[in-house]
Amino acid sequence: MRRAYRRAGSLDRPERVALFCERVADYRARVVRTDASSIADAVAGVADGRRLCVPDGVPAGWVPAAVERVRDDDLAPSELDALDGVLTGCTVAIAETGTIVLTSAPDEGRRAITLVPDLHVVVVAEDRIVELVPEGLESVAPLVRDEHRPVTFVSGPSATSDIELDRVEGVHGPRSLVVIVAAERVGSGA
Amino acid sequence: MTTLRPFPLAAREELQNAQLRANLRHATDTIRAKRARVVGEAPDWEELRAAAAAIKDDVLAQLDRYLEQFADAVEASGGHVHWAEDAAAANAVVVDVARSHGVTSVVKMKSLTTDEIRLNEALEAAGVEALETDFAELILQLDGDWPSHILVPAIHRNRREIRDLFARTISPGLASDDPAALAEASRRYLRERFLAARVGVSGANFAVAESGTICVVESEGNGRMCTTLPEVLVSVVGIEKLVPTLADLEVFLQLLPRSSTGERMNPYTSLWTGVRAGDGPQELHVVLLDNGRTRVLGDATGREALRCIRCSACLNVCPVYTRTGGHAYGSVYPGPIGAILTPQLVGIENAPTLPFASSLCGACADVCPVRIDIPGILVHLRAQAVAATRRPGERAVFVLVAAAFGSARRFSFAQRLGRVAQRPFARSGRIRSLPGPLAAWTRTRDLAPLAPRSFRDWWRAR
Repeated sequence: MRRAYRRAGSLDRPERVALFCERVADYRARVVRTDASSIADAVAGVADGRRLCVPDGVPAGWVPAAVERVRDDDLAPSELDALDGVLTGCTVAIAETGTIVLTSAPDEGRRAITLVPDLHVVVVAEDRIVELVPEGLESVAPLVRDEHRPVTFVSGPSATSDIELDRVEGVHGPRSLVVIVAAERVGSGA
Repeated sequence: MTTLRPFPLAAREELQNAQLRANLRHATDTIRAKRARVVGEAPDWEELRAAAAAIKDDVLAQLDRYLEQFADAVEASGGHVHWAEDAAAANAVVVDVARSHGVTSVVKMKSLTTDEIRLNEALEAAGVEALETDFAELILQLDGDWPSHILVPAIHRNRREIRDLFARTISPGLASDDPAALAEASRRYLRERFLAARVGVSGANFAVAESGTICVVESEGNGRMCTTLPEVLVSVVGIEKLVPTLADLEVFLQLLPRSSTGERMNPYTSLWTGVRAGDGPQELHVVLLDNGRTRVLGDATGREALRCIRCSACLNVCPVYTRTGGHAYGSVYPGPIGAILTPQLVGIENAPTLPFASSLCGACADVCPVRIDIPGILVHLRAQAVAATRRPGERAVFVLVAAAFGSARRFSFAQRLGRVAQRPFARSGRIRSLPGPLAAWTRTRDLAPLAPRSFRDWWRAR
């Protein structure tokens, strides 16, 4: 089968990162750019004093002192509902569509924890940002094929346009999505 | 299968509803503009469409092989596969699963396929409540209504109507008709149900043969709730939803959101492969549904309709749909795609008027992300509809018409005859009403009379 559509991007890294930030912001998600050493400060800026579920794979250095780190000890849905939010990494991010891709990696946790709490703070290392959808899928396909990992593409906060095509952010998934874009390679935590 | 109500009758009724027409007009105009913007942004749109058509054609050509591959992969990853020849068989599987877990309710994400098989009614008959969790589907369920659009099923309802309904049902005293307040009301109502749900039901947008993966796209997060929180998940998958490989998703995940909601990407896309310890449902049932699809596959021209990924772009551009709305089509698949899919799924004899619910303008084919030749299939099905209905009078007339058009002399004679015959009916250059069966034509439009002199006569006399 002939695939004449774009399968490899053409932007350099700064352009790619800029495009990603612009497209994420387009969905009315909040974008915070920072360098790798200041991730905790960025998290504190959006979740100070909150109780966040933090998967075990998230590096301690991401979690500010003012955030209460809650472990996911198989928390029941109602316990997740009682949290203020969740802090995770991501496997890959897609610039053109402003998408973050989760694969239940150690720094992402199981699917329910990024769904039930009302705030999702996700740290995206710049070197995980690809330009195109095919590049994003290519990097997660082996995880699906070989490990049966679940995959969730997240593009902005939960939304509905069912009422007169008026977009409303925040229905059942997290109503607030904060994407922290970190300039240098950050610990994968794996 | 009972015969559907004739489209012209149903459409005439819907057209009387001024509120419906206003809501529809606003919604379809908005969504068309959004789609045009994001499609214009993709430099390789035509290449994506070509690839999508080729992938789907390959699937349809080897569907048996891909289905077996998919089923094996699902089983290998811990899921159970059920083959359902028709709606009753599929519904029975879901009812059995609900019963075996002793639940009296299940949470459902929006799924046209489960609407098609009327799963909710089957569950209800078995004493199991099926709770629709998509915002629009919830509205329809609360009001005993039926979807009128593939993407925005309650497109025919405006905010005041929704507020009044919620105030009567799930949110007594609700005063605001602000969309955010309405969304909040549904969030509050459904949250407890999600957290307590033990069995979830989903459809599928795509099913990947190589890995046994199911993919659903959505906006609200209710789909993630239904497919992640319950212990048990049942996914009803039409057999045409297959794609061969995970890489093929890269094509459809670009085409679908841009065509459907006019977004670069929908908020949530979920992929799951069997069951995964400690993450999501620990029991997965996949129901592979035929329900007429193999019959469609048997028609070399009509089978292209099975490429459809249910984006609804064809509805939003259709001059017929944008006026009548979805209910007139009498099926969960409205608009141009419904006009070619429904008659094939239920048999042309049960829906003979649907292929005529089109002006053949071709706007639908232009926007179709999988390049279905909708006008071509409409014409193909019209021929079948004519062949299936016995109307000897009409047939005789067309034999005569064919004869008249077959030679210049006969044509010219017919014109002269027509000029005489039209005399009692032509008034100030227009024919406003014709007698007998011909009245059907002039009921909704004027007819231009034949000119006093034909071009040939004029030419000859120069």
